[in-house]
Amino acid sequence: MKMIKNSLGREIPEFVEGIGDLIPYQGVWEYIKKTQSKHLHARACYGIGKGIEKLLPDIKTALERCNIKDGMTLSFHHHFRAGDETLMQVIAAVNEMRIKDITVFSSSLTSSHDGLIKYIENGTVSRIFTSGLREKLGKFITDGKLKIPAVIRTHGGRARSIALGEVPIDIAFVAAPSSDILGNSNGIEGPSACGSLGYAMVDALYADKTVIVTDNIVDYPLHPASIPEWQVDFVVKVDRIGNPAKIATGSTRITKNPIDLAIAQSASDFIARTPYFMEGMSFQVGAGGASLAAAKFMKEAMKERNIKGSFGIGGITSYMVELLEEGYLNTLFDVQSFDAVVAKSIAKNPRHIEIPATYYSDPFTKNCVVNNLDIVILAALQVDADFNVNVMTSNTGVLMGASGGHPDTAAGAKLTIIVCPSFRARVPSIVDKVHTVITPGESVDVIVTERGIAINPQRSDLIEFMKKSKLPIRDIHEIKEDVEKLTDKPEEVEFEDRIVALVEYRDGTIIDTIKALKCD
Amino acid sequence: MMRLRRTCLYIPGNNAAMLQHSPVHGADSVLMDLEDAVAVSEKDSARFLVRAVLKNLNFGKTEKVVRINPISSPFFKDDLEIIIPSKPDSIRLPKVEQEEDVIILSSILDALEKKHDIESGSIEIHPLIETARGVENAFSIARSSPRVTAISIGGQDLTADMGIKKTDEGEELHYARTRIVMAGKASGIDVLDTVFADVNDEEGLRKETMMIKTLGFSGKAVINPRQIIVVHKVFKPDPKDVQRAKRIIKAYEEAVSQGKGVFSIDGKMVDAPVVKRAQIILNQAEYYEYPELMEVS
Repeated sequence: MKMIKNSLGREIPEFVEGIGDLIPYQGVWEYIKKTQSKHLHARACYGIGKGIEKLLPDIKTALERCNIKDGMTLSFHHHFRAGDETLMQVIAAVNEMRIKDITVFSSSLTSSHDGLIKYIENGTVSRIFTSGLREKLGKFITDGKLKIPAVIRTHGGRARSIALGEVPIDIAFVAAPSSDILGNSNGIEGPSACGSLGYAMVDALYADKTVIVTDNIVDYPLHPASIPEWQVDFVVKVDRIGNPAKIATGSTRITKNPIDLAIAQSASDFIARTPYFMEGMSFQVGAGGASLAAAKFMKEAMKERNIKGSFGIGGITSYMVELLEEGYLNTLFDVQSFDAVVAKSIAKNPRHIEIPATYYSDPFTKNCVVNNLDIVILAALQVDADFNVNVMTSNTGVLMGASGGHPDTAAGAKLTIIVCPSFRARVPSIVDKVHTVITPGESVDVIVTERGIAINPQRSDLIEFMKKSKLPIRDIHEIKEDVEKLTDKPEEVEFEDRIVALVEYRDGTIIDTIKALKCD
Repeated sequence: MMRLRRTCLYIPGNNAAMLQHSPVHGADSVLMDLEDAVAVSEKDSARFLVRAVLKNLNFGKTEKVVRINPISSPFFKDDLEIIIPSKPDSIRLPKVEQEEDVIILSSILDALEKKHDIESGSIEIHPLIETARGVENAFSIARSSPRVTAISIGGQDLTADMGIKKTDEGEELHYARTRIVMAGKASGIDVLDTVFADVNDEEGLRKETMMIKTLGFSGKAVINPRQIIVVHKVFKPDPKDVQRAKRIIKAYEEAVSQGKGVFSIDGKMVDAPVVKRAQIILNQAEYYEYPELMEVS
């Protein structure tokens, strides 16, 4: 056995049969410093040695310390939804440093990111990877003004692409409502509390460099930390990271729109009639319109039949918190809070659990919670007779929505219900072919409109089960024809051949493309 | 299936957006209003809009009712001329005070049905009683014509006519309500209650509906689709009663086939009124889902 001396002078074998090569001790820090760039976690770690100062004065300094270069991928979260102020601060700093060709990899983009247009025009930003595109930026991309097609990912698909290394994040910028000076951070405390940091948790874990951007530095150690200091390279204090008042955009209150309420009542009646409506059932409802209202009616049905559910997941609204507090659900899994008041519930209720997007819906994990779902109620912009759902482009073909958790939950749940008014502003929502397939019809079981309920013919079990029901169960073609009698068929929207966005399904395959609108 | 009139949804006859959705809210009847909800300057356009809605929308099983203007108004005849060709199920006649009012309307309907090739006598009449005189004449009004299939009380106008205030408790309407219910029951027709004005007070609506159900009303006018489900829930027969009614009817049918006049269930004698009540419960239950009874049925 060949022996060598380590830095303490102890004799160490170079190789041991059955174990392999051995590395001699070289000092407390020496070996770590030499090898950090080769090791996944060490590579991501700035904090070498004692007393490391992570707190930096501004975003620009953080970009410098992270060795920002042309062509890098910067990631962001959209927990502030329309109130986000961090992404634009970072991109403005990147622009000031004359860095080009940045990929903006955000869990979603909202109206608060319309400012990206000018940075795309001047070449600072060249690629957009996101779940949602809307408002001016959506129109800009629909018009084909982003040279490289945008890539639309589901929340689960995004987490998967990060974990598999398909999209390596160079620097993750995490807007955190509270952080200590070493980067332990969460979203549930501070003046900008936004609730769960579920999307950012994945970025922080896998990014090469992670920068916490906060407007609220607290004493070390912050607890509980959604993102722990061992994943954080730097912390930057700014004046404001976002406006939590803009997280909820009216979509978290029960609607008073009678059509949405009629649809919600119908969806709830349908669910209550299925075998899935039973003690211990789990469910997810989208925010806004008919889906949230359906939760209200389901609660009434649960009360009437004396049934208690198990867990609720998703974008959590204050209404879901009510269900938890009143005992209709025993747990909430919260990947995103749709209402700033939800943050308080995470802080005080141990059964309100913040979860990373990976655990929420990454299809390549050993399990994600959407797979445990019994029932999900989702919205739609368009549906077609094959039950495909579009939640991304308007009836005029403009990007105005988000893939979000729609395909993830539809695939995972045992019963996937789409609630959708049969027409909006004289334009039918049930069409021959949806402009953009976001959720494939094979994962959709039921479409509920105010003019009838259509069951996917694939679900012959459900059709059979509902045969004796008094609910207005109809063939989807029949409902479509009914609506067209009222609205007539709108003219077809014309598209160019040029692709402006790729729609990735949750597993990484491309399910559809979005093409530029033909201009007159 | 026997027609229920638990809810009658009022829609202003000049509101196209509301009219186009009126059949989808699940109300048993939709009332398209040409009277109080429509300003004088809009009477004409409302008539034509309601006519178009009746002709073009699929109402399914929902009863189509049009409230025309009262006989004393200058709009009464034109309302009928325009509306009747589009075949509403019923005409709600407001401010009915005596049986002659109904007879006048009925004779005009006779003529219009003939003119437009509509089955004679098929258009029903729902007199709306909203004056003290009308209340006192309720019975003769209720039986004034075979076309009368329901009578209704209008609380706002009635209290105004009586010179009193309409209260949440509704004590001032108690006499009128019970009188009209009895008149309707004695004539074998449905009796409909007045509107509950506060659309945000679900609990108040629920309480009032429980009260009028107890008095014997068949249903209630609603002014917002959100009120429909509240009223329907109050009228929903209890699952236990449905189960018992099923057993009664089954035992009754067996008894009839065996030539027995009287039989007993759970040791209690069952006679004709019990069978009749069971049949009413089952008819009402037809309108509801009972998932909890699926294993039983």
